[in-house]
Amino acid sequence: MLGYDARVKIQEADAKGLLLAQGLPVPGWSVSRSASEARGAAESFFAAGAGRVVIKAQVLVGGRGKAGGVKLASSASEAEAVAAGILGMSIKGITVRKVLVAAAADIVKEYYLSAVLDRSARRILLMGSAEGGVEIEQVAAERPDAIVTIHAHPHLGLADWQARQLAYRMGLGGQLKAAVGIAKGLVRTMLAYDADLVEINPLAIVRGVGPDGSVAETLVCLDAKVTLDDSALPRHPELEALRDPDEEDPADLEARQSGISFIRLDGTIGCMVNGAGLAMTTMDLVKRAGGEPANFLDIGGGAKADKVAAAMRLILADPKVDSILVNIFGGITRGDEVARGLIAARAQQVRDVPMVVRIVGTNAAEAAALLEAARFETATSLDEAAAKAVGASARSAA
Amino acid sequence: MSILVGRETRLIIQGITGREGEFHARAMQAYGTNVVAGMTPGKGGQRALDGTVPVFNTVAEAVEETGANTTCIFVPAFGAPDAILEAVGAGIETVFCITEGIPALDMIPVVEAVRQAGARLIGPNCPGATSPGRAKVGIIPGSIHREGDVGVVSRSGTLTYEAVQAMTDAGIGQSTCIGIGGDPVIGTTFLDVLRLFAEDRETRALVLIGEIGGAAEEEAAAWAAENLQHLPKAAFIAGRTAPEGKRMGHAGAIISGGSGTAASKVAALEAAGFRVAGSPTEIPGLLRAAGYEG
Repeated sequence: MLGYDARVKIQEADAKGLLLAQGLPVPGWSVSRSASEARGAAESFFAAGAGRVVIKAQVLVGGRGKAGGVKLASSASEAEAVAAGILGMSIKGITVRKVLVAAAADIVKEYYLSAVLDRSARRILLMGSAEGGVEIEQVAAERPDAIVTIHAHPHLGLADWQARQLAYRMGLGGQLKAAVGIAKGLVRTMLAYDADLVEINPLAIVRGVGPDGSVAETLVCLDAKVTLDDSALPRHPELEALRDPDEEDPADLEARQSGISFIRLDGTIGCMVNGAGLAMTTMDLVKRAGGEPANFLDIGGGAKADKVAAAMRLILADPKVDSILVNIFGGITRGDEVARGLIAARAQQVRDVPMVVRIVGTNAAEAAALLEAARFETATSLDEAAAKAVGASARSAA
Repeated sequence: MSILVGRETRLIIQGITGREGEFHARAMQAYGTNVVAGMTPGKGGQRALDGTVPVFNTVAEAVEETGANTTCIFVPAFGAPDAILEAVGAGIETVFCITEGIPALDMIPVVEAVRQAGARLIGPNCPGATSPGRAKVGIIPGSIHREGDVGVVSRSGTLTYEAVQAMTDAGIGQSTCIGIGGDPVIGTTFLDVLRLFAEDRETRALVLIGEIGGAAEEEAAAWAAENLQHLPKAAFIAGRTAPEGKRMGHAGAIISGGSGTAASKVAALEAAGFRVAGSPTEIPGLLRAAGYEG
């Protein structure tokens, strides 16, 4: 599916867990759901010699730091107060329910390193930069030369020499062995969990005091971001649990369980379409006709009546919807199946919303007969359907 | 003439005994495609499609017995990469993989193996290709087509049908219509298909149907600007009004280097001489405005 990515984001703490399981150096952390838990976690880090602890909101949206979701504390009581402030705060509409607590690192220098699926090259791409800890898009836009890239071989993976070259170019020659291990570990993590992105930002040289009192510098992963390929989840049942139900909209959950691709938008015209490209086109034409789509909804190929009913529930659950446009181009999907589903769904509908239906392709004639008998408003072309749906929405609003 | 599929196509259906495979194999045969064999491990010796098509246990056996040169794969997602490799290993030249939901990382070594073997993979997660009046491979409804000389390439399924139907309704026929598939890692790109159309003397105009995301449309446009100036060209890009922030994450956006938005694709296509439609129904008119006489 294009345009709308079928990817599963997971939280920093879970991403760190995956890296640790693949043998990468990740300093210890603890996840707390309450301020008192955070205090307990902070106490143990202080007891182990930490000067300060960092408390980080665990949400799936970027920009946590700017939103005040990442803070330092110098005592257990301060940690408790800071955690109390972060827990429950809203970051880009998401309520913070968990915080990560860890010893604040004594950072010598920050770097950026990621492994990502490069669609154009059809290979895994390693990207590194000596400018870590800042947004990498900003580095890419302002100083593209500061980013070093190398592709893993499609059969052989990332060779040692490639990892060494990457490390030297990033200025990590002084930490060569660790850098090579981490670069190869990112690729290993990607393959082990079917990730399409494994990002460490920052990767950092940190100063620590060893057991004998000597000061040593080590290269460690201070943050982690991992996104997983939805298609591969059936063979990683343990990863399914990493979806955060607290952050998943109930509508998204129903859509996922019904096998429907659904994204809620701000408009008033509910759209039900088969195929992602056609769904986006339908939205474009609604907008062109002067309306605003209320959602992106792709019922997929070969949808049966029950899926149509589920799609209708999803659309009508949005109170903003005052008009519905159904656009089906039958290929695998049979038009008469969709028509029966629509008729059944309308009979159970909780509120009456005007609907315009266009069904063409496989079994379109049977669909037309069913819809006419049931007195549905129909349309022949997509442009006509969009215009009718926009007109119905305007009348509803008036 | 046509590209990828035609009268010379001798087709195997991998997964012919499954529900989808059987249904679409029947439609392909009814369209006139030369379906020479089916393949399902353990079902060798049976006959499919009312006894008209022999079923083999291996692709190699099917190739030896029938001289097949093309395959269409309807194998479930986790088995499809292996099915592609088996076909290529048996010497099949053109592999269509209809299967959707194959994990992206599984396809990286497979696409490389296909390339090394000198074969061609279309898809996965693609609707296939039709050369109207000659043959169809895949799931595109045969009824939407009309014989003609306009090449169509798209990465969508139903959106392609929409555009092709609009052309057919306007009396514009197609030489070959190809859906390359919407997955992150695919075997044949827009650019690859444009190169094939450029060499096909009976393709006299082109239609490209893209979507937001990635850089494949921009890459194809850059090549077309240099090499396809002589052909009338029209295009459509889906997702022009899709909101930002629902797509690729940070690192992905960097790779595409600022491309990937509808505006970037439309600009690249217009610069290459494509007339870009605001609705699929405008494609026929734009083709004619670009000098297409058919």
